Amino acid sequence: MIGRDLLAIEDLERGDIERILETAAHMQEVGLREVKKVPTLRGRTIVNLFFESSTRTRTSFEIAGKRLSADVINFTPSSSSLTKAESILDTAKTLDAMAPDAVVVRHQVAGVPKRIADELTSPVINAGDGAHEHPTQALLDLFTVLQEKGRIDGLTVAIVGDIAHSRVARSNIYGFLKMGAEVRLAAPPTMIPAAVETLGVKAFTSLREALDGADVVMMLRIQTERLSGAFFPSVREYSALFGLDREKLQYAKDDAIVMHPGPVNRGVELAHELADHRPSVILDQVRNGVALRMAVLYLLAGRPPETKRGTPEARRGTPETGSAKVSETRGGKS
Amino acid sequence: MNRLLLRGGRVLDPQAEGDAIADLLVENGVIAAVAPKLDAAGAEILSAEGCWVAPGLVDLHAHLREPGQEYKEDFTTGGRAAVAGGFTAVACMANTHPPNDDPSVTEFILAHAREDSLARVYPIAAATKELGGKVMTEMVALVRAGAVAISDDGHTIMDSGVMRRVLEYSRLVEIPVIVHAEERTLVGDGVVNEGVVSTKLGLPGNPAVAEEVMVARDLRLAELTGAHLHVAHVSTAGAVRLIREARARGVHVTAEVTPHHLTLTEEAALGYNTNTKMAPPLRSAADVRACREGLADGTLDAIATDHAPHAVHEKEVEFTLAPPGVIGLETTVPVTLDLVRAGELSPLEWVRRCSAHPARILKRPGGELAIGAPADLCVIDPERRWLYDPTKGYSKSRNSPWAGQELVGRNVATIVSGELVYHVDRGVLRP
Repeated sequence: MIGRDLLAIEDLERGDIERILETAAHMQEVGLREVKKVPTLRGRTIVNLFFESSTRTRTSFEIAGKRLSADVINFTPSSSSLTKAESILDTAKTLDAMAPDAVVVRHQVAGVPKRIADELTSPVINAGDGAHEHPTQALLDLFTVLQEKGRIDGLTVAIVGDIAHSRVARSNIYGFLKMGAEVRLAAPPTMIPAAVETLGVKAFTSLREALDGADVVMMLRIQTERLSGAFFPSVREYSALFGLDREKLQYAKDDAIVMHPGPVNRGVELAHELADHRPSVILDQVRNGVALRMAVLYLLAGRPPETKRGTPEARRGTPETGSAKVSETRGGKS
Repeated sequence: MNRLLLRGGRVLDPQAEGDAIADLLVENGVIAAVAPKLDAAGAEILSAEGCWVAPGLVDLHAHLREPGQEYKEDFTTGGRAAVAGGFTAVACMANTHPPNDDPSVTEFILAHAREDSLARVYPIAAATKELGGKVMTEMVALVRAGAVAISDDGHTIMDSGVMRRVLEYSRLVEIPVIVHAEERTLVGDGVVNEGVVSTKLGLPGNPAVAEEVMVARDLRLAELTGAHLHVAHVSTAGAVRLIREARARGVHVTAEVTPHHLTLTEEAALGYNTNTKMAPPLRSAADVRACREGLADGTLDAIATDHAPHAVHEKEVEFTLAPPGVIGLETTVPVTLDLVRAGELSPLEWVRRCSAHPARILKRPGGELAIGAPADLCVIDPERRWLYDPTKGYSKSRNSPWAGQELVGRNVATIVSGELVYHVDRGVLRP
C-alpha cells in the first residue's frame, strides 16, 4: 500500500505503482477537457518547496495541483544550510506549522526529502533529491511506456548515459524492475555506479549491446560542464560513443520508443532529428507528467487530515472528480 | 590513609596473564595487594562480584575540542564521559582551535586538563603547523611540553615529501606519528562507502582504495625511515592486509580500530542518519570481518574511540554537509564486548587491546595490575543491560549511532590514582 509520503520508488510495491498509474489514467481525461479543472482538492494547500531550481518539474506540479483546485504555493529557499542561517529542518518545521496538505520537495542533496518527511505531519512528495531518486519522473515514464506499449512486463528497457549522477536512472531502475521489465544500462565505465548490478540490472559499456532488442531507449541528460574532461574526455567522444541517432537506434527493436527526461542537449546525447518526432515520446512524457502528478497529489493530499500521520485507517472518501472517476480498488494505506 | 577494596571480582591483568577471582586493594593511589581473600580493615569496600576488575582503559584517539570548540566538548565533560566509559586516560587530537602545533598550546591543554578532567589527558601534537601539511612542528619542544604523539589526523599530509621528513624527524623524539590515511583526491566528495549503499543512496562514494593507497604509501615511508607509524581507525580489509604484510617485514607499525568500524556496516547509513557519517566511512560486511580478524590476530593493536563530538545543530543538516564523526567514550565497552561474546577475543585479550596496548604505543604507564603501579582501574559488568540515551550521558554532544539502543555490558566503576571517580549508581564523583 502506498504510504504517507512518496519518497522513493524503492519503497513501493508493484501494487502501489499500479494503483498510481490507474489513477493517472483517470486524471489524464481532465487534461483533455475544455476547462481542465476539477474540484477534488478544493480547500487543500500544496507547497512546492524547491531548494534546487527546476522550472519543468515545479511547473508540472503546480499545474497538477491547480487542475485539482488546490491552492499551490511556491516556496524557494535559497539553497542549503551552508549559505543560509536557517537549517532545512527549521524550514520544514516552519512550513509544517502552517499546516499544508502536502509538501513537494526538491533538493540538490540526496536524503533531504526523507529527513524533512521525518519532521513533518503533512505528506511529503520527493520531486528529486541529489542523485538519489525522482519518483514522479519514473512513474510518468512507466505511465508513458504503458500507454505506448500496452504493458511493461517482459519489455527490455535500456537506460543510457550518466547513471552515476542520475536520480532519474535510479528511480527508473527500481520502477521498471518492479513492473517486470528487463533493465539494461549503458555508459562509459566512469559513469556506472559501484555495484549497480546487485540491483538486478545489466550494465554495458557498449551502446550497441545494451540496445540490442530493446523496446524502450531512455537517454539521460549529460551535464557537459561538470563532467567533460573528468568523467569522459570530451563531448565529441561521448557523443560519438553514447549519443543516440537514427543509425544507432537501428540496434533496438523496430518499434522501439525513445525517451528523455529533459531538457535535451541536442546533438550531445540525442541527435536533433530524434528529439522532435516519433519514435521519440519526449513531449508525451511531459504531458503525462501532469496527469501522473495529479494522481499522486490526489492520493496523498486528498486524504482526510486524520490519516496523514500514518494512522492505519483506510481512506474511503468519495472522490469529487466529476466525470473522472477515480478507482479505489485498494483503498487506503497501511 | 586512603584504602579501597574491590571485593570478589574477576581480576584481569594482561601484563601478568592473570585471570582469577580475587580481591584487589588500593592504598595511597597505588595497587597494594591482589589476593583471593584480603583483610580490609578500615577500607572502603566496593563489591565487584560478577564483574571484571581491569586496568583502566586508555584511549589513543579522542577529540576533546578544548581549546576552541567548547560548545562540543571540554576537558570537564570529556573527562567525565571518559571515566563513565571506563577510560582512565585519553589521548586528545591536535585539531583544536588553535591547533596543538605549539608548545604553549600543549601546556595549556595539560594545565586545564589537570584542573578539569577526571581522566588523565595525553596531548597529541600536530605534525605540521596549522595542520597545513607543509611546515613541520617543533617536535622536540612539543614532547618536552608533554606531547605523546604527533598527528595531523583528518588533515592528512598529502605531500609525500613532507610526510617522509616528518617521519624521519620524529626519530629524534621516538614518538608515534599517527596517520588518518585517506588519499583525498580519491575520496573526492565521498561521504559513504563506495558500493551498493552509495549507489542506492545516491550519495558520493568514498572508496576503500582511498584508504589503502595512503596506508601503502605511509608503510613504505615508515619502512624507509624506521619511524614509528601508527595507523588510526583502520577500516578496510585491504588496509589490514597491508599492515599485516608490513609488520611481517619488520616495519615499525601499530594500528587501531574503532568500535564503529568493528560492529557497524555501511548499511547503517541507509536512511540518511548523519550519526552514521564517519571518516573513514562505515564499510562493507567483509571489511568489518577483516577488521575483527585483524584485531584478534594482533595486526591491529588497539581499540580507539575516535570520540568526535559535534553539536546537534551541526549534525542536523544535509548528509553531505554534516561533519563526520561520532562520540564513543561512553559506549566503547558494551559495543566492543561484542567481540568477547562472539568468542573472537578472550576477556584478557580485550583488556589488552583497550588498555595495555594503547598505553604501550604511547609509552605511558597503564595496562597492568602490578603491586605498586598507579591504581587506574575500571570495573566492568559484562552482562549488564542498559538503554543508552546520549541526552543522559556525560558528553556535551549526542551524535551517537547507538542512541536509543539497548546495550549489553557496562563500566560500573572507575578509579584514577586510587580515587573512585565514577560509580554507575552514584554517577561521577569528584574526589
